[in-house]
Amino acid sequence: MKRDVIKLGETEVEVHEEGSGHPVLFLHGAGGFNPKEPHVPLIAQHRRIICPSHPGFGKSALPDWVDNVDDIAHMYLDLMDQYGIANADVIGCSMGGWITAEMLTKAPERFGKVVLVSPVGVKLGPVDKLDIPDIYTMSPPDVPKLLYHDPSLFPFDPSKLSDEELSVFMRNRESTALFVWEPYMHNPKLPHRLYRVTSPTLFIRGESDGLVSAQYVEGYAKLFKSSRIETVAKAGHVPHVEQPAAFAKLVNDFLG
Amino acid sequence: MQAWHFSETAYPYLPPADSYPSIRVSLPNKHYDPEKGAALYDRYLKEWQIAEEEGLNIMLNEHHQTATCVDPAAPLMLAALARLTSKARLLILGNPAANRRQPVRIAEEMALIDVLSRGRLEAGFVRGVPYEISPANSNPVRMNERFWESINLIVRAWTNHDGPVSHEGRFFHHRNINIWPRVYQTPHPPVWVSTTSAGGARQVGEKGYVQATFLTGYQATRKIYDSYRAGWRASGFGNDVPIDRLAYAAIVYVGKTEEEAYRGAEKLLWYVTANKVAPQFANPPGYVPVEGNVAMMRGASHPLSEFAKGASVEAAIKAGFLFAGTADQVYEQFKRHYGYVGGYGHLLLMGQAGFLEHDDTVAGIRNFARDVYPRIKAEFPDTTISGTFADVPPEPPSHALLSRPASMGVPVLDARPMTPLGAARGA
Repeated sequence: MKRDVIKLGETEVEVHEEGSGHPVLFLHGAGGFNPKEPHVPLIAQHRRIICPSHPGFGKSALPDWVDNVDDIAHMYLDLMDQYGIANADVIGCSMGGWITAEMLTKAPERFGKVVLVSPVGVKLGPVDKLDIPDIYTMSPPDVPKLLYHDPSLFPFDPSKLSDEELSVFMRNRESTALFVWEPYMHNPKLPHRLYRVTSPTLFIRGESDGLVSAQYVEGYAKLFKSSRIETVAKAGHVPHVEQPAAFAKLVNDFLG
Repeated sequence: MQAWHFSETAYPYLPPADSYPSIRVSLPNKHYDPEKGAALYDRYLKEWQIAEEEGLNIMLNEHHQTATCVDPAAPLMLAALARLTSKARLLILGNPAANRRQPVRIAEEMALIDVLSRGRLEAGFVRGVPYEISPANSNPVRMNERFWESINLIVRAWTNHDGPVSHEGRFFHHRNINIWPRVYQTPHPPVWVSTTSAGGARQVGEKGYVQATFLTGYQATRKIYDSYRAGWRASGFGNDVPIDRLAYAAIVYVGKTEEEAYRGAEKLLWYVTANKVAPQFANPPGYVPVEGNVAMMRGASHPLSEFAKGASVEAAIKAGFLFAGTADQVYEQFKRHYGYVGGYGHLLLMGQAGFLEHDDTVAGIRNFARDVYPRIKAEFPDTTISGTFADVPPEPPSHALLSRPASMGVPVLDARPMTPLGAARGA
């Protein structure tokens, strides 16, 4: 297990790495990367898992010019170059799934198998209805109800966090807003570029996900040449956090 | 000393506050009756005209999707005022520059009003309160950077007279900037910026623009003005900071009697107490810096939200954001505040809010204009240098305090969950 800070262009990015074998990138969602989450070692038992913190998340820098998921996708292609990784599998959760999809459209030949976990990034529904509910106009206590199957297991108690942890939490929240604000949670061009993707792609959705609907995932999966969908029981938007064992089994079986 | 009558053109005819989660952003406009609204506009415009007759200047501002300020396009209201008035300076405070996509359009609107009013425009800019983010669909992150790029671009558009110039910035792009009409004033209308933070004030000082602060009381106002002066001096404008660079907005009500004053002041506090805002609109991510959010998580709160929990005329006067009483009392309260903070050249009077009816509003304007304004104009001239402090405590003198008259019943203020209000959170 190691934690590095590397430079992608002029941007310092924090990277957590664990395990050995064929590399798999793990791209976190809006909550940031937490190495203590149990799915990480469960995947690292079989594979070398490389988990960067996106610019503006964790301890990664956020340069002034960075404001778009597309920017992050370019950086991570550079990360693969720097690590000498010609070809990798990739797991992307939520906003990380969006970054993954952007990377796939840019360099489809560099990816083997792909897992998209409750991904956002496309707009499929009508103009007068949001595809993803607006978390920024919701009463704050309502948001965890969409994220978790059982929100009572994930109480937010700032008094249990150090100032540094709380700062990271707040900064992650701010950076998420920067990246997903407008267009909300999507890139209008992405659906028109996904035809380039050749990777076998597994979509995973928690059955109680209140943000990413089953219909949305079905529509998203149809944009990929080779895809299938798995639903995780008793999980919401973050099945890797709520059901790490079931999640890791699905992922490990798929990645082989 | 220049005094400005400020009204938010509120729509007060609302259902009970406990029937809606937020007076801002999400309150359905089915609660707005256009007939009543039209009558209110007539009335508020008339009050600004009366303020002008009484020798005051005029100030207005802009908010969106809210009953607290039904002026979502302040330049339109200002254009009407430009034609309804002929003497008063016209201050818009301000244009929400970080929330508007086309700064050159703002430059054009302001130029049009400057010409329409023959050079009476004072062009203010506000970063905008957090609840403006959602109505504008504006990204709350990097607002300050966007704000200043917009202002700089607007000033450039005003001062360019030799055909198209271009701007390729971080947030805005224009390849052919060449506005018609040009501004009436030379080199351009006075620029005002509101901020309630010391860091923000320093930036305003560095530009030399007029700095306005809202309801920041004694200590915070002093810090903000100090910071402004530091910025001013750092930019090499000289050691002396003219008094007309600084403005303070207070809720003000002057009565003929203490009882009259108390009644009027209590109604004006609607401005603070009616500001029920759902938390998701009051603090979108990125609006407050990370350190500020951490402090809030650790229990820090905004002084005004603390105040609103137990709002009273007495407490607001003590805090220095309400000047209310008889002419003598208001004069004393003002003088103490002025002396403690080191002076300012503009008093922005929030003289109308909520259920303060027309006649009471007019009486408040007239009492101030006739019985207080001449004294403070004479005693605090526009030629003063700012930053001279009176050796006084940060509270009004005890003999100038106003207390609830025995003849009055229970307070009309009710207990509502509150969040910091209006421009108080800008920039």
